[in-house]
Amino acid sequence: MIVRLRPIALIAALLLLWQFAVTRNPIHILPTPWEVVKGIGDLLQHGLLLKYVVASLFRVTWGFVLAVLLAVPLGLVIGWNRRANMAFNPVLQLLRPISPLAWIPLAILWFGVGDFAAIFLIFLGCFFPLLLTAINAVRGIPEVYINAGRNFGLSSTALVSRVLFPAVIPQLIIGMRITLGVGWLVVVAAEMIAVSSGLGFLIVDARNAGNRYDLVVAGMVIIGLIGLLLDMGMRSLEHLKSLRWSYSED
Amino acid sequence: MVFTRDGKSTPVLDDISLEVADGEFVCLLGPSGCGKSTLLSTMAGFLSPTSGEIKIDAEVVHGPDPRRIFVFQERGVFPWLTVEGNIDFGLFHLPAAERRQRVAHYVKMVGLEGFEKAYPPALSGGMKQRLEVARALAVNPDMLFLDEPFGALDSITRLVMRGELLRIWEAERKTIIFVTHDIDEAVQLADRVVVMSARPATIQQIVNIDIPHPRDISSPRYLELRDGIFQQIGLAHKI
Repeated sequence: MIVRLRPIALIAALLLLWQFAVTRNPIHILPTPWEVVKGIGDLLQHGLLLKYVVASLFRVTWGFVLAVLLAVPLGLVIGWNRRANMAFNPVLQLLRPISPLAWIPLAILWFGVGDFAAIFLIFLGCFFPLLLTAINAVRGIPEVYINAGRNFGLSSTALVSRVLFPAVIPQLIIGMRITLGVGWLVVVAAEMIAVSSGLGFLIVDARNAGNRYDLVVAGMVIIGLIGLLLDMGMRSLEHLKSLRWSYSED
Repeated sequence: MVFTRDGKSTPVLDDISLEVADGEFVCLLGPSGCGKSTLLSTMAGFLSPTSGEIKIDAEVVHGPDPRRIFVFQERGVFPWLTVEGNIDFGLFHLPAAERRQRVAHYVKMVGLEGFEKAYPPALSGGMKQRLEVARALAVNPDMLFLDEPFGALDSITRLVMRGELLRIWEAERKTIIFVTHDIDEAVQLADRVVVMSARPATIQQIVNIDIPHPRDISSPRYLELRDGIFQQIGLAHKI
Protein backbone atom coordinates (compact mmCIF):
# COMPACT_ATOMS: atom_id res chain seq x y z
CA MET A 1 0.00 0.00 0.00
CA ILE A 2 1.48 3.28 -1.05
CA VAL A 3 1.38 5.82 1.75
CA ARG A 4 0.43 9.08 0.18
CA LEU A 5 1.95 12.12 1.77
CA ARG A 6 -0.43 14.83 0.69
CA PRO A 7 -3.70 13.43 2.10
CA ILE A 8 -1.98 12.60 5.38
CA ALA A 9 -0.48 16.09 5.60
CA LEU A 10 -3.88 17.59 4.90
CA ILE A 11 -5.57 15.48 7.57
CA ALA A 12 -2.85 16.40 10.08
CA ALA A 13 -3.34 20.08 9.26
CA LEU A 14 -7.09 19.80 9.71
CA LEU A 15 -6.63 18.03 13.05
CA LEU A 16 -4.40 20.83 14.26
CA LEU A 17 -6.93 23.39 13.11
CA TRP A 18 -9.64 21.51 14.97
CA GLN A 19 -7.56 21.33 18.15
CA PHE A 20 -6.80 25.03 17.91
CA ALA A 21 -10.38 26.07 17.20
CA VAL A 22 -11.76 24.13 20.15
CA THR A 23 -9.19 25.08 22.77
CA ARG A 24 -9.39 28.77 21.93
CA ASN A 25 -12.82 28.94 23.54
CA PRO A 26 -12.51 28.50 27.33
CA ILE A 27 -15.93 26.91 27.61
CA HIS A 28 -15.64 24.06 25.21
CA ILE A 29 -18.38 21.60 24.55
CA LEU A 30 -16.96 20.24 21.34
CA PRO A 31 -14.18 17.76 22.00
CA THR A 32 -10.60 18.14 20.89
CA PRO A 33 -9.14 15.46 18.63
CA TRP A 34 -7.35 13.88 21.56
CA GLU A 35 -10.56 13.70 23.59
CA VAL A 36 -12.18 11.92 20.68
CA VAL A 37 -9.39 9.38 20.63
CA LYS A 38 -9.84 8.85 24.34
CA GLY A 39 -13.54 8.47 23.72
CA ILE A 40 -12.87 5.74 21.20
CA GLY A 41 -10.62 4.05 23.72
CA ASP A 42 -13.40 4.33 26.25
CA LEU A 43 -15.84 2.58 23.97
CA LEU A 44 -13.35 -0.13 23.19
CA GLN A 45 -12.77 -0.73 26.87
CA HIS A 46 -16.42 -1.26 27.57
CA GLY A 47 -16.75 -3.54 24.57
CA LEU A 48 -19.36 -1.21 23.12
CA LEU A 49 -17.50 -0.20 20.00
CA LEU A 50 -17.31 -3.65 18.54
CA LYS A 51 -20.90 -4.42 19.53
CA TYR A 52 -22.27 -1.28 17.92
CA VAL A 53 -20.18 -1.58 14.76
CA VAL A 54 -21.34 -5.14 14.30
CA ALA A 55 -24.96 -4.13 14.86
CA SER A 56 -24.81 -1.39 12.25
CA LEU A 57 -22.98 -3.56 9.75
CA PHE A 58 -25.44 -6.36 10.30
CA ARG A 59 -28.38 -4.13 9.42
CA VAL A 60 -26.70 -2.61 6.41
CA THR A 61 -25.69 -5.99 5.09
CA TRP A 62 -29.20 -7.38 5.34
CA GLY A 63 -30.87 -4.32 3.86
CA PHE A 64 -28.31 -4.03 1.08
CA VAL A 65 -28.24 -7.69 0.11
CA LEU A 66 -32.03 -7.88 0.02
CA ALA A 67 -32.11 -4.80 -2.16
CA VAL A 68 -29.54 -6.28 -4.55
CA LEU A 69 -31.34 -9.61 -4.79
CA LEU A 70 -34.61 -7.89 -5.66
CA ALA A 71 -33.57 -4.82 -7.58
CA VAL A 72 -31.07 -6.38 -9.97
CA PRO A 73 -33.24 -9.08 -11.55
CA LEU A 74 -36.28 -6.84 -11.56
CA GLY A 75 -34.32 -3.98 -13.08
CA LEU A 76 -32.87 -6.19 -15.78
CA VAL A 77 -36.31 -7.44 -16.74
CA ILE A 78 -37.90 -4.00 -16.77
CA GLY A 79 -35.00 -2.53 -18.72
CA TRP A 80 -35.15 -5.30 -21.28
CA ASN A 81 -38.86 -5.20 -21.88
CA ARG A 82 -40.04 -1.95 -23.36
CA ARG A 83 -43.62 -2.35 -22.24
CA ALA A 84 -42.62 -3.17 -18.68
CA ASN A 85 -40.45 -0.10 -18.67
CA MET A 86 -43.29 2.11 -19.81
CA ALA A 87 -45.57 0.62 -17.19
CA PHE A 88 -43.21 0.84 -14.21
CA ASN A 89 -41.34 4.02 -14.89
CA PRO A 90 -43.90 6.58 -13.65
CA VAL A 91 -44.36 4.69 -10.37
CA LEU A 92 -40.63 4.44 -9.86
CA GLN A 93 -40.03 8.09 -10.58
CA LEU A 94 -42.73 8.91 -8.06
CA LEU A 95 -41.33 6.73 -5.28
CA ARG A 96 -37.66 7.40 -5.84
CA PRO A 97 -37.40 10.96 -4.49
CA ILE A 98 -39.11 10.03 -1.23
CA SER A 99 -36.29 9.87 1.31
CA PRO A 100 -36.12 6.57 3.18
CA LEU A 101 -36.36 8.59 6.36
CA ALA A 102 -39.83 9.74 5.40
CA TRP A 103 -40.80 6.09 5.65
CA ILE A 104 -39.82 5.91 9.29
CA PRO A 105 -43.32 6.29 10.75
CA LEU A 106 -44.66 3.60 8.41
CA ALA A 107 -41.69 1.36 9.09
CA ILE A 108 -42.24 1.54 12.81
CA LEU A 109 -45.95 1.03 12.33
CA TRP A 110 -45.40 -2.10 10.24
CA PHE A 111 -42.35 -3.57 11.97
CA GLY A 112 -42.27 -2.02 15.39
CA VAL A 113 -39.14 -0.59 16.92
CA GLY A 114 -36.20 -2.86 16.20
CA ASP A 115 -33.99 -4.41 13.60
CA PHE A 116 -36.67 -5.10 11.01
CA ALA A 117 -37.66 -1.47 10.77
CA ALA A 118 -34.05 -0.41 10.32
CA ILE A 119 -33.39 -3.09 7.73
CA PHE A 120 -36.54 -2.11 5.88
CA LEU A 121 -35.41 1.51 5.71
CA ILE A 122 -31.98 0.53 4.44
CA PHE A 123 -33.60 -1.74 1.93
CA LEU A 124 -35.72 1.13 0.62
CA GLY A 125 -32.76 3.44 0.43
CA CYS A 126 -30.82 0.90 -1.62
CA PHE A 127 -33.61 -0.58 -3.69
CA PHE A 128 -34.71 2.34 -5.84
CA PRO A 129 -31.30 3.61 -6.95
CA LEU A 130 -30.18 0.05 -7.72
CA LEU A 131 -33.34 -0.66 -9.66
CA LEU A 132 -32.87 2.43 -11.78
CA THR A 133 -29.20 1.63 -12.29
CA ALA A 134 -30.08 -1.85 -13.52
CA ILE A 135 -32.77 -0.53 -15.84
CA ASN A 136 -30.47 2.07 -17.32
CA ALA A 137 -27.63 -0.38 -17.65
CA VAL A 138 -29.75 -2.74 -19.72
CA ARG A 139 -31.16 0.01 -21.89
CA GLY A 140 -27.64 1.26 -22.49
CA ILE A 141 -26.31 -2.00 -23.90
CA PRO A 142 -25.16 -1.34 -27.46
CA GLU A 143 -27.42 -3.11 -29.89
CA VAL A 144 -24.43 -4.68 -31.67
CA TYR A 145 -23.82 -6.97 -28.71
CA ILE A 146 -27.37 -8.25 -28.69
CA ASN A 147 -27.41 -8.67 -32.46
CA ALA A 148 -24.08 -10.48 -32.41
CA GLY A 149 -25.40 -12.79 -29.71
CA ARG A 150 -28.51 -13.59 -31.74
CA ASN A 151 -26.39 -14.03 -34.85
CA PHE A 152 -24.40 -16.82 -33.25
CA GLY A 153 -27.56 -18.67 -32.46
CA LEU A 154 -27.75 -18.07 -28.71
CA SER A 155 -30.93 -19.13 -26.97
CA SER A 156 -32.72 -16.49 -24.91
CA THR A 157 -31.23 -17.75 -21.65
CA ALA A 158 -27.77 -17.90 -23.16
CA LEU A 159 -28.25 -14.39 -24.52
CA VAL A 160 -29.01 -13.15 -21.03
CA SER A 161 -26.17 -14.97 -19.30
CA ARG A 162 -23.48 -14.55 -21.96
CA VAL A 163 -24.23 -11.11 -23.36
CA LEU A 164 -26.64 -9.11 -21.24
CA PHE A 165 -25.14 -9.89 -17.86
CA PRO A 166 -21.47 -9.32 -18.68
CA ALA A 167 -22.42 -6.13 -20.46
CA VAL A 168 -24.19 -4.63 -17.45
CA ILE A 169 -21.97 -5.84 -14.63
CA PRO A 170 -19.54 -2.89 -14.51
CA GLN A 171 -22.39 -0.43 -14.23
CA LEU A 172 -24.12 -2.58 -11.67
CA ILE A 173 -21.02 -2.70 -9.50
CA ILE A 174 -20.67 1.06 -9.57
CA GLY A 175 -24.32 1.33 -8.69
CA MET A 176 -23.84 -1.12 -5.84
CA ARG A 177 -20.91 0.83 -4.48
CA ILE A 178 -22.89 4.05 -4.46
CA THR A 179 -25.96 2.35 -3.06
CA LEU A 180 -23.95 0.76 -0.28
CA GLY A 181 -22.86 4.24 0.67
CA VAL A 182 -26.49 5.32 0.75
CA GLY A 183 -27.33 2.31 2.87
CA TRP A 184 -24.64 3.29 5.33
CA LEU A 185 -26.07 6.80 5.56
CA VAL A 186 -29.55 5.49 6.14
CA VAL A 187 -28.52 3.01 8.85
CA VAL A 188 -27.11 5.76 11.00
CA ALA A 189 -30.28 7.83 10.70
CA ALA A 190 -32.55 4.85 11.15
CA GLU A 191 -30.69 3.84 14.30
CA MET A 192 -31.24 7.23 15.82
CA ILE A 193 -34.93 6.61 15.85
CA ALA A 194 -35.83 3.01 15.63
CA VAL A 195 -33.39 0.85 17.60
CA SER A 196 -31.27 0.62 20.71
CA SER A 197 -27.86 -0.41 19.42
CA GLY A 198 -25.54 0.57 16.64
CA LEU A 199 -23.49 3.64 15.78
CA GLY A 200 -26.44 5.92 15.13
CA PHE A 201 -27.90 4.98 18.47
CA LEU A 202 -24.51 5.61 20.07
CA ILE A 203 -24.50 9.17 18.86
CA VAL A 204 -28.00 9.97 20.07
CA ASP A 205 -27.53 8.12 23.34
CA ALA A 206 -24.18 9.76 24.08
CA ARG A 207 -25.75 13.16 23.81
CA ASN A 208 -28.92 12.29 25.68
CA ALA A 209 -27.21 10.44 28.50
CA GLY A 210 -24.88 13.22 29.57
CA ASN A 211 -23.74 15.42 26.74
CA ARG A 212 -20.81 13.16 25.97
CA TYR A 213 -19.87 14.99 22.81
CA ASP A 214 -16.54 13.25 22.73
CA LEU A 215 -18.44 10.04 22.14
CA VAL A 216 -20.68 11.76 19.63
CA VAL A 217 -17.72 12.80 17.53
CA ALA A 218 -16.01 9.48 18.17
CA GLY A 219 -19.07 7.80 16.71
CA MET A 220 -18.94 10.09 13.71
CA VAL A 221 -15.30 9.30 13.09
CA ILE A 222 -15.93 5.57 13.27
CA ILE A 223 -18.88 5.92 10.90
CA GLY A 224 -16.72 7.81 8.47
CA LEU A 225 -13.93 5.26 8.63
CA ILE A 226 -16.19 2.28 8.08
CA GLY A 227 -17.91 4.08 5.21
CA LEU A 228 -14.50 4.63 3.67
CA LEU A 229 -13.54 0.98 4.08
CA LEU A 230 -16.79 -0.19 2.50
CA ASP A 231 -16.24 2.14 -0.41
CA MET A 232 -12.66 1.01 -0.90
CA GLY A 233 -13.77 -2.59 -0.79
CA MET A 234 -16.29 -2.06 -3.58
CA ARG A 235 -13.81 -0.10 -5.63
CA SER A 236 -11.38 -3.00 -5.58
CA LEU A 237 -14.11 -5.08 -7.27
CA GLU A 238 -14.29 -2.56 -10.05
CA HIS A 239 -10.63 -3.08 -10.78
CA LEU A 240 -10.84 -6.75 -11.62
CA LYS A 241 -9.31 -7.24 -15.02
CA SER A 242 -12.34 -8.60 -16.80
CA LEU A 243 -14.41 -5.67 -15.54
CA ARG A 244 -12.04 -2.88 -16.39
CA TRP A 245 -13.19 -2.66 -19.98
CA SER A 246 -15.87 -0.07 -19.47
CA TYR A 247 -13.26 2.52 -18.53
CA SER A 248 -10.83 2.11 -21.36
CA GLU A 249 -13.56 2.06 -23.95
CA ASP A 250 -13.32 5.27 -25.92
CA MET B 1 -38.43 -1.46 -47.38
CA VAL B 2 -40.17 1.33 -45.49
CA PHE B 3 -39.12 2.65 -42.07
CA THR B 4 -41.71 4.21 -39.83
CA ARG B 5 -40.71 6.52 -37.01
CA ASP B 6 -42.69 9.16 -35.19
CA GLY B 7 -45.55 8.50 -37.52
CA LYS B 8 -43.56 9.35 -40.61
CA SER B 9 -42.70 6.63 -43.03
CA THR B 10 -39.51 6.76 -45.02
CA PRO B 11 -39.00 4.47 -47.97
CA VAL B 12 -35.45 3.27 -47.68
CA LEU B 13 -35.18 0.58 -50.30
CA ASP B 14 -37.18 0.37 -53.46
CA ASP B 15 -37.43 -2.51 -55.84
CA ILE B 16 -34.25 -4.41 -55.03
CA SER B 17 -33.75 -7.62 -56.88
CA LEU B 18 -30.40 -9.35 -56.56
CA GLU B 19 -29.01 -12.82 -56.94
CA VAL B 20 -25.73 -13.89 -55.45
CA ALA B 21 -23.88 -17.08 -56.33
CA ASP B 22 -22.09 -19.38 -53.94
CA GLY B 23 -18.54 -18.29 -53.07
CA GLU B 24 -18.98 -14.91 -54.71
CA PHE B 25 -17.61 -11.66 -53.34
CA VAL B 26 -20.23 -8.98 -53.92
CA CYS B 27 -19.93 -5.34 -52.94
CA LEU B 28 -22.85 -3.06 -52.27
CA LEU B 29 -21.61 0.38 -53.16
CA GLY B 30 -23.36 3.66 -52.59
CA PRO B 31 -23.21 7.01 -50.82
CA SER B 32 -23.75 7.20 -47.06
CA GLY B 33 -27.33 6.91 -45.97
CA CYS B 34 -28.51 5.34 -49.18
CA GLY B 35 -29.81 2.25 -47.50
CA LYS B 36 -27.12 -0.30 -48.26
CA SER B 37 -26.58 -1.11 -44.59
CA THR B 38 -30.33 -1.55 -44.25
CA LEU B 39 -30.28 -3.96 -47.16
CA LEU B 40 -27.45 -5.89 -45.58
CA SER B 41 -29.18 -6.07 -42.21
CA THR B 42 -32.31 -7.30 -43.94
CA MET B 43 -30.36 -9.98 -45.76
CA ALA B 44 -28.84 -11.11 -42.49
CA GLY B 45 -32.24 -11.33 -40.88
CA PHE B 46 -32.00 -8.50 -38.36
CA LEU B 47 -34.74 -6.59 -40.16
CA SER B 48 -37.84 -7.83 -41.92
CA PRO B 49 -38.61 -6.43 -45.33
CA THR B 50 -41.89 -4.54 -45.51
CA SER B 51 -42.47 -6.14 -48.87
CA GLY B 52 -40.72 -8.90 -50.73
CA GLU B 53 -38.52 -11.58 -49.25
CA ILE B 54 -34.94 -12.71 -48.86
CA LYS B 55 -34.10 -16.27 -49.75
CA ILE B 56 -30.83 -17.99 -49.03
CA ASP B 57 -30.40 -21.49 -50.47
CA ALA B 58 -34.10 -21.40 -51.39
CA GLU B 59 -35.04 -20.83 -47.74
CA VAL B 60 -36.78 -17.63 -46.67
CA VAL B 61 -34.79 -15.67 -44.10
CA HIS B 62 -36.69 -15.16 -40.84
CA GLY B 63 -33.99 -14.03 -38.48
CA PRO B 64 -30.25 -14.06 -37.78
CA ASP B 65 -28.58 -17.43 -38.19
CA PRO B 66 -25.13 -18.73 -37.35
CA ARG B 67 -24.70 -19.88 -40.92
CA ARG B 68 -24.62 -16.25 -41.98
CA ILE B 69 -22.43 -14.14 -39.75
CA PHE B 70 -22.51 -10.36 -39.75
CA VAL B 71 -19.34 -8.36 -39.14
CA PHE B 72 -20.42 -5.02 -37.74
CA GLN B 73 -19.08 -1.58 -38.46
CA GLU B 74 -17.11 -1.26 -35.29
CA ARG B 75 -17.06 -2.28 -31.69
CA GLY B 76 -18.75 -5.56 -32.38
CA VAL B 77 -16.27 -7.55 -30.34
CA PHE B 78 -17.25 -8.28 -26.74
CA PRO B 79 -14.99 -6.21 -24.49
CA TRP B 80 -15.43 -8.48 -21.49
CA LEU B 81 -13.88 -11.46 -23.28
CA THR B 82 -10.28 -12.00 -24.32
CA VAL B 83 -9.28 -12.51 -27.93
CA GLU B 84 -9.60 -16.25 -27.39
CA GLY B 85 -12.88 -15.83 -25.59
CA ASN B 86 -14.33 -13.83 -28.44
CA ILE B 87 -13.28 -16.27 -31.15
CA ASP B 88 -14.59 -19.11 -29.02
CA PHE B 89 -17.94 -17.36 -28.55
CA GLY B 90 -19.98 -19.19 -31.15
CA LEU B 91 -18.40 -22.58 -30.63
CA PHE B 92 -20.45 -23.69 -27.66
CA HIS B 93 -21.79 -26.81 -29.32
CA LEU B 94 -18.35 -28.25 -30.08
CA PRO B 95 -16.15 -30.45 -27.87
CA ALA B 96 -13.40 -28.66 -25.95
CA ALA B 97 -10.47 -30.03 -27.93
CA GLU B 98 -11.93 -28.93 -31.23
CA ARG B 99 -12.74 -25.49 -29.81
CA ARG B 100 -9.16 -24.96 -28.75
CA GLN B 101 -7.92 -26.09 -32.13
CA ARG B 102 -10.24 -23.77 -34.03
CA VAL B 103 -9.43 -20.80 -31.84
CA ALA B 104 -5.71 -21.35 -32.35
CA HIS B 105 -6.21 -21.72 -36.11
CA TYR B 106 -8.12 -18.49 -36.50
CA VAL B 107 -5.90 -16.51 -34.15
CA LYS B 108 -3.09 -17.43 -36.49
CA MET B 109 -5.09 -16.78 -39.63
CA VAL B 110 -5.92 -13.19 -38.77
CA GLY B 111 -2.47 -12.53 -37.39
CA LEU B 112 -3.24 -12.04 -33.72
CA GLU B 113 -0.70 -14.50 -32.29
CA GLY B 114 0.66 -13.32 -28.98
CA PHE B 115 -2.57 -11.50 -28.14
CA GLU B 116 -4.69 -14.49 -27.21
CA LYS B 117 -5.16 -13.38 -23.61
CA ALA B 118 -5.49 -9.69 -24.39
CA TYR B 119 -8.74 -7.82 -23.94
CA PRO B 120 -10.20 -5.71 -26.79
CA PRO B 121 -9.54 -2.34 -25.15
CA ALA B 122 -5.85 -3.14 -25.46
CA LEU B 123 -6.14 -3.77 -29.22
CA SER B 124 -5.96 -1.28 -32.04
CA GLY B 125 -8.91 -0.69 -34.36
CA GLY B 126 -7.45 -2.90 -37.07
CA MET B 127 -6.81 -5.67 -34.58
CA LYS B 128 -10.35 -5.47 -33.27
CA GLN B 129 -11.69 -5.86 -36.79
CA ARG B 130 -9.43 -8.85 -37.37
CA LEU B 131 -10.74 -10.32 -34.15
CA GLU B 132 -14.29 -9.84 -35.31
CA VAL B 133 -13.54 -11.55 -38.61
CA ALA B 134 -11.87 -14.42 -36.75
CA ARG B 135 -14.88 -14.77 -34.49
CA ALA B 136 -17.15 -14.83 -37.52
CA LEU B 137 -15.10 -17.42 -39.37
CA ALA B 138 -14.62 -19.70 -36.39
CA VAL B 139 -18.19 -20.97 -36.63
CA ASN B 140 -17.62 -21.88 -40.26
CA PRO B 141 -20.54 -19.94 -41.72
CA ASP B 142 -21.77 -20.23 -45.29
CA MET B 143 -21.89 -16.47 -45.74
CA LEU B 144 -20.34 -13.36 -44.31
CA PHE B 145 -21.93 -9.96 -44.28
CA LEU B 146 -19.50 -7.10 -43.76
CA ASP B 147 -20.87 -3.64 -43.10
CA GLU B 148 -18.14 -1.11 -43.89
CA PRO B 149 -15.81 -3.02 -41.59
CA PHE B 150 -12.81 -0.87 -42.40
CA GLY B 151 -14.61 2.45 -42.20
CA ALA B 152 -13.19 3.43 -38.83
CA LEU B 153 -9.60 2.59 -39.73
CA ASP B 154 -6.92 4.84 -41.13
CA SER B 155 -6.30 4.55 -44.85
CA ILE B 156 -3.04 2.62 -44.59
CA THR B 157 -4.54 0.04 -42.28
CA ARG B 158 -7.50 -0.14 -44.63
CA LEU B 159 -5.27 -1.15 -47.52
CA VAL B 160 -3.58 -3.79 -45.41
CA MET B 161 -6.91 -5.15 -44.16
CA ARG B 162 -8.28 -5.43 -47.69
CA GLY B 163 -5.35 -7.66 -48.60
CA GLU B 164 -5.91 -9.69 -45.45
CA LEU B 165 -9.59 -10.13 -46.19
CA LEU B 166 -8.87 -11.34 -49.72
CA ARG B 167 -6.25 -13.74 -48.41
CA ILE B 168 -8.75 -15.19 -45.95
CA TRP B 169 -11.45 -15.33 -48.60
CA GLU B 170 -9.20 -17.22 -51.00
CA ALA B 171 -8.42 -19.71 -48.24
CA GLU B 172 -11.99 -20.26 -47.12
CA ARG B 173 -14.13 -19.21 -50.10
CA LYS B 174 -17.22 -18.06 -48.26
CA THR B 175 -19.89 -16.05 -50.00
CA ILE B 176 -19.23 -12.48 -48.95
CA ILE B 177 -21.49 -9.46 -49.21
CA PHE B 178 -19.57 -6.32 -48.38
CA VAL B 179 -21.01 -2.85 -47.95
CA THR B 180 -18.86 0.17 -48.68
CA HIS B 181 -19.00 3.74 -49.84
CA ASP B 182 -15.45 3.57 -51.18
CA ILE B 183 -15.35 2.99 -54.94
CA ASP B 184 -11.74 1.86 -54.96
CA GLU B 185 -12.40 -0.60 -52.18
CA ALA B 186 -15.28 -2.10 -54.13
CA VAL B 187 -13.30 -2.50 -57.33
CA GLN B 188 -10.29 -3.91 -55.47
CA LEU B 189 -12.22 -6.53 -53.60
CA ALA B 190 -15.37 -7.63 -55.40
CA ASP B 191 -16.29 -10.04 -58.18
CA ARG B 192 -19.35 -7.92 -58.74
CA VAL B 193 -20.13 -4.40 -57.63
CA VAL B 194 -23.76 -3.46 -57.07
CA VAL B 195 -23.98 0.30 -57.48
CA MET B 196 -26.86 1.74 -55.50
CA SER B 197 -28.52 5.11 -55.82
CA ALA B 198 -29.28 7.51 -53.01
CA ARG B 199 -32.34 6.97 -50.80
CA PRO B 200 -34.74 5.39 -51.59
CA ALA B 201 -32.06 3.08 -52.87
CA THR B 202 -32.44 1.18 -56.08
CA ILE B 203 -29.86 -0.81 -57.96
CA GLN B 204 -28.39 1.48 -60.56
CA GLN B 205 -25.96 -0.91 -62.11
CA ILE B 206 -24.15 -4.17 -61.49
CA VAL B 207 -20.55 -4.14 -62.64
CA ASN B 208 -18.63 -7.32 -63.24
CA ILE B 209 -15.02 -7.01 -62.15
CA ASP B 210 -13.27 -9.46 -64.39
CA ILE B 211 -9.68 -8.82 -63.24
CA PRO B 212 -8.05 -11.78 -61.49
CA HIS B 213 -6.53 -11.38 -58.01
CA PRO B 214 -4.05 -9.94 -57.08
CA ARG B 215 -5.32 -6.81 -58.78
CA ASP B 216 -2.93 -4.17 -59.99
CA ILE B 217 -4.52 -0.92 -58.96
CA SER B 218 -2.69 0.93 -61.71
CA SER B 219 -3.63 -1.40 -64.53
CA PRO B 220 -5.71 0.13 -67.34
CA ARG B 221 -8.56 -2.33 -66.88
CA TYR B 222 -8.83 -1.51 -63.17
CA LEU B 223 -8.89 2.21 -63.91
CA GLU B 224 -11.41 1.69 -66.67
CA LEU B 225 -13.78 -0.17 -64.39
CA ARG B 226 -13.31 2.28 -61.57
CA ASP B 227 -13.87 5.31 -63.76
CA GLY B 228 -16.95 3.68 -65.19
CA ILE B 229 -18.40 3.53 -61.71
CA PHE B 230 -17.33 7.09 -61.00
CA GLN B 231 -19.32 8.17 -64.01
CA GLN B 232 -22.26 6.00 -63.10
CA ILE B 233 -22.49 7.65 -59.71
CA GLY B 234 -22.15 11.00 -61.43
CA LEU B 235 -18.95 12.12 -59.79
CA ALA B 236 -16.52 14.59 -61.32
CA HIS B 237 -13.34 12.99 -62.46
CA LYS B 238 -11.10 15.88 -61.58
CA ILE B 239 -10.94 17.46 -58.14
